Amino acid sequence: MNPANYLYLAALLFTIGAAGVLIRRNAIVVFMCVELMLNACNLAFVTFSRLHGNLDGQVIAFFTMVVAAAEVVVGLAIIVSIYRSRHSASVDDANLMKL
Amino acid sequence: MSAALHSGPVVHSLWTTAASSTDRFPTPHIEYAQLSPVLIIFGVAMLGILVEAFTPRRHRYTAQVVLAVVGLAAAFAAVVALAEKGYGTTKAHIAAMGAVAVDGPALFLQGTILLVGLVAVFTFAERRLDPKAHGRHVDSFAAQGSAVPGGEQEKAAVRAGFTTTEVFPLLLFAVGGMLVFPAANDLLTLFVALEVFSLPLYILCALARRNRLMSQESAVKYFLLGAFSSAFLLFGIALLYGYSGTVTYSGISAVIDGTAPTNPALDNTTGNDALLLIGLAMVAVGLLFKVGAVPFHMWTPDVYQGAPTPVTGFMAAATKVAAFGALLRLLYVVLPGMRWDWRPVMWGVAIATMLVGAVIAVTQTDVKRLLAYSSVAHAGFILAGVIAVDKDGVSSVLFYLAAYSFVTLGAFAVVTLVRDAGGEATHLSRWAGLGRRSPLVAAVFGVFLLAFAGIPLTSGFAGKFAVFKAAAQGGAMPLVIIGVISSAVAAFFYIRVIVLMFFSEPKPDGPSVAVPSPLTSMAIALGVVVTLVMGLAPQYFLDLADKASVFVR
Repeated sequence: MNPANYLYLAALLFTIGAAGVLIRRNAIVVFMCVELMLNACNLAFVTFSRLHGNLDGQVIAFFTMVVAAAEVVVGLAIIVSIYRSRHSASVDDANLMKL
Repeated sequence: MSAALHSGPVVHSLWTTAASSTDRFPTPHIEYAQLSPVLIIFGVAMLGILVEAFTPRRHRYTAQVVLAVVGLAAAFAAVVALAEKGYGTTKAHIAAMGAVAVDGPALFLQGTILLVGLVAVFTFAERRLDPKAHGRHVDSFAAQGSAVPGGEQEKAAVRAGFTTTEVFPLLLFAVGGMLVFPAANDLLTLFVALEVFSLPLYILCALARRNRLMSQESAVKYFLLGAFSSAFLLFGIALLYGYSGTVTYSGISAVIDGTAPTNPALDNTTGNDALLLIGLAMVAVGLLFKVGAVPFHMWTPDVYQGAPTPVTGFMAAATKVAAFGALLRLLYVVLPGMRWDWRPVMWGVAIATMLVGAVIAVTQTDVKRLLAYSSVAHAGFILAGVIAVDKDGVSSVLFYLAAYSFVTLGAFAVVTLVRDAGGEATHLSRWAGLGRRSPLVAAVFGVFLLAFAGIPLTSGFAGKFAVFKAAAQGGAMPLVIIGVISSAVAAFFYIRVIVLMFFSEPKPDGPSVAVPSPLTSMAIALGVVVTLVMGLAPQYFLDLADKASVFVR
């Protein structure tokens, strides 16, 4: 199969993730959409790695996974703390600072 | 990551080539001495974690403050020593197997970030501003970050005298990431450094002692938008990697210029400018988000307002320095061959940033939001210097960043002093008549506002002059005109605050000005001194920035 198809898939997943971030209102779901975007990047990296015949892309994919894991640790902690104080994880409810 | 693999003419022989070439992997050669500032900071941050784990609670505050101050001072000494040895000029080179550049701009910005971090530690450690809780001095951070605001657990934590001393290691980790960010010489290091400095900042934003709901809200907003923007950065990196087959700056630059050795595996992608242009745009989005340029500035006011004020000051100063450093290196080292493509876009971004920041700031009624929009406007002024694409552009941006970061730190430190029963009184109406009640504090804040406005004899004037001069020489005259107009608009609201402080009657129930400990006083005094010295005698610093303005390739 033509490796370019995987690039189209990566772009599609990235777009779905980005649209999800903009459309969904639950902080957890928004965050999952961000993770989807990061994984789309990973798919692009390994596909390009295959296309070019060098290993850089695959190594970067590992780094991305570690960074995404670290992001989950921090992000979930913040989202859980705001959920506990407001009993809501909706990003629309967090509006104390609107003008 | 072997370069030898590049030569394989047949793409799909990847797996066999990789298997047969394992014995040829070179041992990484790391220049530990040249990376010592970064290593010291990360080492001290780790020590800070150990202190949290093994020291009794009552000793932690002192231990953490001493560790942080000593670590930052040692790292600054290491930067100065490297610069003395000539790594900023003649011996500039790329260390750690092409991952980190040790050159003039990197050392200059690292020195600035370390000094900013040092002053920020002073404001973080301040414990005299809030009234005592249960007989103990408290700082600006939540007793226990995980406790529900106003809940039983939080009351118990306050009674027990808990403090979040983890803020010091978090600050150090953020500083460590910021040191690497402007020095990153490949896109992977750039991305990892971005995350290393962003993640601690997200947590720090959520840790305010007062207004905890607002603080948590600002952390969620910063986190979700920051993660969103770093996903864009990463996809941009993927596309640039796809275009050029490498993530090192020099490698990408060579492919763009067409000077790279031809590689049949790259024929399909190097001919594809869409990969390059979209990748470049997405990487730029990630970096422009961090500097807070329009249209990626939406997070700035909310995060600046909600975060604990010492954190806001640190973030506003240091993040901007680190992110502009990275943006400069990307545009000057990787993309000089693309300048006709990115300059028009950056023109647009700079103009929008200057105008939107200045105009929206006029309508603000909260001091922290006002300073946030003013930081957006300043991002636009700095971008005008970035666009110049010559040596003067780099040196003016370096100078501006150093000047601006100390003014910002000082201004936010003054904001922590003006308080009423509910904590900091940040609404502008509460500041009316402050000059009558506490002339010194109001005068100091006035100096910072004049520096923001770019009035002569302050560092802001020297910085703006240098940046606009470089932009004009680079042929961006319209940009300079718009910059001067938006400076005038910005001057209006800075002066308005000064008028409010000195020429209106103080309200009977107005806020009081807390008497700070020597820590915050020192931070504010340093801000004033740097502002005046860089304004009255800028030549030394301009020369320093000029000497440090050549990127190693």
